[in-house]
Amino acid sequence: MLLQEAAAAGAHPLAGTAAEWIWLVPILPLIGFLINGLLSLSSVAKLGPKNPAEHHAHHGDHADDHHDAAGHAAHGHGGSHDDHAQPARHRYAAIVSLVGPAVLALSFLLTTTIFIALAGAHAETPFVKRMFSWIATGNMGIDASFQVDQLSMVMAMVITGVGTLIHIFSVGYMQDDPGYPRYFAYLNLFVFFMLVLVLGANYPMLFVGWEGVGLCSYLLIGFWFSEKANADAGKKAFIVNRIGDFGFLVALFLLFANLGTLSFAGVNAGADQLAPGSALVTTICLFMFLGCAGKSAQIPLYIWLPDAMAGPTPVSALIHAATMVTAGVYLIARSAVLFSLSPVASLTVAFVGALTALFAATIGLKQWDIKKVLAYSTVSQLGYMFVGVGVGAYAAGVFHLVTHAFFKALLFLGSGSVIYAMHKAYHHTGNHDDAQDMRNMGGLRKFMPVTFILMWIATLAIAGIPPFAGFFSKDEILGSVFARTHGSTLADATWLGIPGSTMLYAIYVMGLAAALLTAIYMTRMMLYTFHGPNRTGEAERTHLTEAPWVMTAPLAVLGVLSAVGGWLNLPAFFPAGPVQALHHWLEPVTGQAALRVTKGAEAHLEHSTEYVLVGIAVAIAAIGIAFAIARLKPQALVTKSQSPASEGFARVLEEKYFVDEGYDKVVVQPLLGVSRSVLWKGMDAGLIDGLVVNGSAQLARGIGWVGSRMQSGQVGTYAWVLIIGVVAVLGAFSLR
Amino acid sequence: MMVPEALALSAVLFCIGVVGVLTRRNAIIIFMCVELMLNAVNLSFVAFSRLYGMTGQVFVVFVMTVAAAEAAVGLAIIISIFRHRQTVDLTNINLLKG
Amino acid sequence: MPNFFYELHFYLFGLFAIASALTFVTRKSPVAAALWLVSTMFSLAALYVMMDAHFIGAIQVLVYAGAIMVVFLFVVMLLNLGHPDELSDLRGKWGRLAAGLLGLAILAQVMALSRTRPEASLVQSDFDRLAELRGENAVAAIAKPLFSDHLLAFELTSVLLLVAIVGAVVIGKRRAST
Repeated sequence: MLLQEAAAAGAHPLAGTAAEWIWLVPILPLIGFLINGLLSLSSVAKLGPKNPAEHHAHHGDHADDHHDAAGHAAHGHGGSHDDHAQPARHRYAAIVSLVGPAVLALSFLLTTTIFIALAGAHAETPFVKRMFSWIATGNMGIDASFQVDQLSMVMAMVITGVGTLIHIFSVGYMQDDPGYPRYFAYLNLFVFFMLVLVLGANYPMLFVGWEGVGLCSYLLIGFWFSEKANADAGKKAFIVNRIGDFGFLVALFLLFANLGTLSFAGVNAGADQLAPGSALVTTICLFMFLGCAGKSAQIPLYIWLPDAMAGPTPVSALIHAATMVTAGVYLIARSAVLFSLSPVASLTVAFVGALTALFAATIGLKQWDIKKVLAYSTVSQLGYMFVGVGVGAYAAGVFHLVTHAFFKALLFLGSGSVIYAMHKAYHHTGNHDDAQDMRNMGGLRKFMPVTFILMWIATLAIAGIPPFAGFFSKDEILGSVFARTHGSTLADATWLGIPGSTMLYAIYVMGLAAALLTAIYMTRMMLYTFHGPNRTGEAERTHLTEAPWVMTAPLAVLGVLSAVGGWLNLPAFFPAGPVQALHHWLEPVTGQAALRVTKGAEAHLEHSTEYVLVGIAVAIAAIGIAFAIARLKPQALVTKSQSPASEGFARVLEEKYFVDEGYDKVVVQPLLGVSRSVLWKGMDAGLIDGLVVNGSAQLARGIGWVGSRMQSGQVGTYAWVLIIGVVAVLGAFSLR
Repeated sequence: MMVPEALALSAVLFCIGVVGVLTRRNAIIIFMCVELMLNAVNLSFVAFSRLYGMTGQVFVVFVMTVAAAEAAVGLAIIISIFRHRQTVDLTNINLLKG
Repeated sequence: MPNFFYELHFYLFGLFAIASALTFVTRKSPVAAALWLVSTMFSLAALYVMMDAHFIGAIQVLVYAGAIMVVFLFVVMLLNLGHPDELSDLRGKWGRLAAGLLGLAILAQVMALSRTRPEASLVQSDFDRLAELRGENAVAAIAKPLFSDHLLAFELTSVLLLVAIVGAVVIGKRRAST
């Protein structure tokens, strides 16, 4: 009896529930990847000049090019634009359309089941499902295991939920692409790795997912690889991420060297051995943040994300807005215990986040490509999330991650819907204008009313207008920053000689400024896209239509989520409803760390102070929107081809502060020079090829030459050598 | 039992055989020197068999068999070489030259 | 039993073997050298008999001195190498000196190494050789282990001899083309 009771007490409340099937959540997308990948491979083998009908399939983000991923450069454009025949679908389109979203939907259902089980279990400790021993050498034992806890399940819900919607949207958006099965194979593989990333129970598992999503990101950015710019964008993302991964790996090495374990449970338990504020824990956290800056596009490694818009728009929505780029935020929330031990590293995270939020927002002011606006907006919002997790408000950071996934996915899919319509209109008339440039749009609300309304909801959400989702999460972050200015370890610390409280005030002001700019550039985007006169062109205008239901339905779902997503975590002063639900939900994971930052006290402001802060935030958002509506004149815009080049500071913003050019001069060119002159000519050609490879060959030839000279063929000589050898060996024996 | 004396004699004979191999150039004489070395070894086998049992003498029988086979083949080779080169002087024979 | 007479003869035959061997390696004529080698072998046969290895002594005379050396002489005469006024096959003075030094070096080393005691476990403590010999004749004493413990090796020697015979015939045969 006693034994049974002990076993029952030791068993996790989730043992034996649906959580045991957690492994199936990532495996389902993997199965989808295998099926779609095999279909893709089998159709590639059959594709060829024999079947030109398939090559007529035209679809892409840009009006003019890169539609034929199967790569047939010889195919002329002029002829194909004249026939208005519906482009041929891929031969496996039906089965792929079924399998691709279905595996995600199943995965989402299972995640929901486990989520409900977790909610009912009130588990204070994570449930770890061990699959098999993965790495076992010496004193390092790493299992392939999945972790069910409050944080991982929130992430899994977002990934599978938003992922399913984006998969469904893709069925409509990508239907005419010749690489249709390949697209879904990549997308399913991405979801698999993303789920491994958030469900893994140790850092190496997380790292596998981390690298896997990087790979899929690369594959999908360069999905239309026949155009060099797209392939280059993929390579850029991959290489910039490698810099961050270096930091992540160093952090892992340091963790293992000092704690001897890499599982989340082990690190959280062992973190007490690390002295708070010590150089070691700060180093670990800063290296880890370098990894986050790469993956989540923070200064100085943000440059890859705007270029990543070369991929299909649903990819931008899923990978480069909703899920993968938030992996850095997840990593910091997951390592909250470590970051809470290092106020300096936390301040760094928050400051870099605030700087990125402001910096990217200014660039977003002057972009003309609709996806570029959203890309810089994503960078900016990611900065907000880092401000949240940086100041120790881990729940607030994750909250913004979730709401951002809703409204940014909606914005991207909405822009995808717009681009789809624009592209189709241009396709009908054979126009080669840029389907993504806002100067070519205008007045689309008449043609796409559903997209128009939903996009406005998302815009209000991101701008921070109540009661939409973004208002709550952004306000939560800004309020947390303000609350930490007194009575927290961050305020007491000094950062490069600056008092922490000063830093926090600066971060708060930068956050407000970024919020203002966000409201302005989002309103600008909406005005130029949907309002004012239409600039698409007389002939094209007749072909502008709303997207099919398979694309608008996911938009509608996301619209609802963007509108009500804030209810997940209502502010504490709210009179009714489930106050701070997400905050309490995440308490078992991040609560302890958050309390350490606030010195054990719940960080709550006076309600009067909160009202003032909320008032300021809403006022700033409203001012931004009003300013944009008042100052911007969509009527005055002319199409891209007739627009004069901008001048002065506007040009600096439009050219993104020339950061890419600067990196090219300061980093890339010197690196290339060193690689060429030292590594290639010196090391590779000179040392490796010259000395080691050819040198050893020369040495062997020389020894061989000497040896062959010694082979005189004189048996007598051989006998002499033999006897001398005998004497030597016997001498060695007898002298011993 | 005179075993140490027999072993010493064996060593001396063996060394004489070695010196013969080193100093002579006539293939047949070198061959005979090798036979002398084999005989020296046989002597040590017989001497040890007084201490350790009959296996030593059994081994001598085997050595003699091998020596006989070796003599047959070796002399055939020498005859064959002589037929081609009209000499058995080893300094003139360098077929093994690398 | 060993006694003075026995030891005298042992040393006598031993010294004669050494002397014959030295003479053998220094003769210019191959025929003379071969005959001195035969003399060495006879001395060794006598020593074998003195060391109670009667059968070995017998086949030493029969096989070595009788058969093998006759083949050597036969080849020497067949090739007409018997003339001593041929160019000497001895190496030069320095070569001989070096060879002698090397031989002495090996001898010294062997002698130095022979101070090592034999492994005690190898010595058959209860081995009574005379009792063994008294019970059987000389041939049976060696035949018993040869045809029991070493039967396989013995049978293999027959194969070796066959191969040697065939090889000698093939190599020695005058080829039709040449």
